[in-house]
Amino acid sequence: MADNDIALMAHLMRRAGFGAPYEALQAWAAKGYEAAVEELLHPKNQPDGIDMDVMERYFIEWRELLAGGTAYWTWRMINSQRPLEEKIALFWHGILCTGHTKCENPRQQLVEFDMFRRLGLGSFRDILLEISRDPAMVFYLDNCMSHKDAINENYGRELLELFSMGVGMDGHPNYTEDDVKACARAFTGWTITNAIPRYPYGRYSSRFIYNAADHDDGEKTFLGETGRFNGEDIINIIVKQPATARFISRHLYNFFIADDVQVPAWQDTPPPDPEAIRMLEEAYFASNYEIRAMLRVLFNADFFKKARFTKVKSPVETVVGTMRLVGDFTTPKPGLPEIVAEMRYMGQELANPPTVEGWHTGKEWLDSGTLVERINFTADQVGNVNLPGVRAIIDRLASEGPTLSAERLVQGCLELLGHYELPEDTFNMLVAHAQKDGELRTDAENFSRRVAQMLQLIVATQEYLFA
Amino acid sequence: MMTDHQKDRVLVVLQLSGGNDALNTIVPYTNPLYMDNRPVVRIDPEQVLPIDDSIGFNPAMAPLKALWDEGQMAIIQGIGYPHPNRSHFRSMDIWHTCEPDKVGDEGWLGRAIRDLDPNKENVLTGVNFGRGLPRALAAPGVPVASVGDLETYGVLTGIEGADQRSEALELFSKMYAPLVGRSLVKEYISQTGSDALGGADILSTAPQKYASSVTYGSNTVSQYMRNIAQVYLAELGTRVLYTTAPYNSFDTHASELATHTRLWREVSGAVSDFYQDLKAHDASDNVVLLMFTEFGRRVHDNGSGTDHGSGGIAFVIGDAIQGGLYGEYPSLDPSQLLEGDLHYNNDFRGTYATLLERWLGLDAKPIVGGSFEQLDFIS
Repeated sequence: MADNDIALMAHLMRRAGFGAPYEALQAWAAKGYEAAVEELLHPKNQPDGIDMDVMERYFIEWRELLAGGTAYWTWRMINSQRPLEEKIALFWHGILCTGHTKCENPRQQLVEFDMFRRLGLGSFRDILLEISRDPAMVFYLDNCMSHKDAINENYGRELLELFSMGVGMDGHPNYTEDDVKACARAFTGWTITNAIPRYPYGRYSSRFIYNAADHDDGEKTFLGETGRFNGEDIINIIVKQPATARFISRHLYNFFIADDVQVPAWQDTPPPDPEAIRMLEEAYFASNYEIRAMLRVLFNADFFKKARFTKVKSPVETVVGTMRLVGDFTTPKPGLPEIVAEMRYMGQELANPPTVEGWHTGKEWLDSGTLVERINFTADQVGNVNLPGVRAIIDRLASEGPTLSAERLVQGCLELLGHYELPEDTFNMLVAHAQKDGELRTDAENFSRRVAQMLQLIVATQEYLFA
Repeated sequence: MMTDHQKDRVLVVLQLSGGNDALNTIVPYTNPLYMDNRPVVRIDPEQVLPIDDSIGFNPAMAPLKALWDEGQMAIIQGIGYPHPNRSHFRSMDIWHTCEPDKVGDEGWLGRAIRDLDPNKENVLTGVNFGRGLPRALAAPGVPVASVGDLETYGVLTGIEGADQRSEALELFSKMYAPLVGRSLVKEYISQTGSDALGGADILSTAPQKYASSVTYGSNTVSQYMRNIAQVYLAELGTRVLYTTAPYNSFDTHASELATHTRLWREVSGAVSDFYQDLKAHDASDNVVLLMFTEFGRRVHDNGSGTDHGSGGIAFVIGDAIQGGLYGEYPSLDPSQLLEGDLHYNNDFRGTYATLLERWLGLDAKPIVGGSFEQLDFIS
């Protein structure tokens, strides 16, 4: 099997999931690229491999505590055999944002994240409809405070600004303040039931409820159309807009292909690859707004296959990717909350983006604090020769022969980490470093140590920060 | 007493995360409205350490009361900003970025550090103690070390063996050597990495230089205040030192009395030990400490604790401080509340501006985004 097949598969798995160890990459590559893409795009065709009945007996906090929800999701991201299902949920969580700091019942958000798993690859229209009915979102953006005779514009505005069309496109605004008001009016009555109060029996969830008596069913003009619009009508109008196609395409590009500028700049900054965006927009309309169809075009496109290491890894990708690589937390054990906390130290707290705008991505993940966190965390993990994934890399290199040249050590580590590439001078520095300790015999007692240390040096490089 | 060495002046910031309950910190212990509103979560007036006949300290704050009695504490009552936000993250962001109306990504101290060291001569001009970097210290291109554990702080601490590690670090410094001409992102990463490495090298010398007779508490705040003392006393040229009380610890929605008491006992001990330590080294005149929180809490308790409110309290402490009460104690009268919570009467950016201009000698306006009324607590 050609190396470049594995390299391509490593790239696909980093983007469509959270990376995979070498053996898994070989198995995926054996299926063939298009078949692998199709399998990823249809997560429901295979079991996720997580026995919740067993897991919840170990992790009783998954159901009970705030921190349990994010630990649960982290566990899923590490262990699910449906990588794209978890990745697309993360994608939507970063756009259709709610935060646990403004959430009556943190378990409410788990319902929302489950919806992202269920519907995240489906029709964007369905996603917008379900998020408008999601109790965590209704509460987070105050739609339960929006009434027939006193609208609250928060949801109406963010729906347009952040969740579907964006403020503007190609230098022009996409909607007016009147559109925001009409949108807010249309969603009056879309509210939630009162949950049983927290004290003294614990937290109970709300449900969506449509309160017709509180709905403003008067005539509204929205994006040039007039009618007695309700929320569904607004969504139907929104999804038809070229601005929506553009906004979603651009988000998919930023998340799956390459770092774009931050969202507030999108009105006035053209997309980095207009042809790629055009292809995605075309797929959006041709498929009746289906995300799966757009991703099929995306993953199979040359612009994707060539976009190697064009994204700074997010903290989630860094931490989860590392866990998948080293093969840790595949069976229940203590210490999962610490792993979740690492993502927070690196600047990304699951279930709690800093604002409804989500996280700033790309280079903005990195500063002098978070850079050191990333490098130290990853180096600590790959330096642990007792972890199965690290042991697998060591054993694989040991099986190549009685001795290993310094070049082969560095190259081998790069391949087994996922076909990373280094500039020539960095590569040579690492080779020179490996040569300092003399001949590398695979049966030597210090062989494991030397391999692990090379892994540590590689994950400290600038290039390793990128996916 | 003020020092002549303008360039040596240091600002320490202790962030109390979670929204400290102002009413139970500086307690209006003779106000009947306090009794009415706090049927459960109240401080016994007999226990309060009086400032005057209307307000007094929470009894857990006795060590801080001692600083007050020496005239070294300014209490800034009713501090806040227009349209108070009751989200931890949003409100703390506002305090960090001075941007109440939009999401800012530059912190006031990041900007201050940039102004204090425009030519980036010292990568340790600003140091944070804790994991991750608070936005208050973030500004593009401004290096700030963020130290989780001073004893073990460094890059690639997971590499075993002193020789191996120093070789690895040498390699690291070559890999992150500043480059020009590659992409902006790569340049940025190179700079960030080499600043981090340079800072780590220097910081590692601080613990060895430190000797003290003061025993700090074993809690996180005390240990970080000790680290701050170590770095300050090591004379590394650091001008801004920041730390945060553990994640959201002051967010006392429930079981407030026990938790709040413990928190203030720890913080008071930490700050008092810190100042004793500095005084013992004859180095206390250059340091001013700001303690703040992102909002106050509701006037009425919820039966076990209090929920998010507004109109909080900040403290500024130091030899150079003109001790006293600043701002006004917000009224508990229902007709005087703002959106149902204590009404702020001075903008936090005024306090920031005072510290930036009168203590650090910087132009405050571009940092805090406007002109705000300053207070007279710097003598």
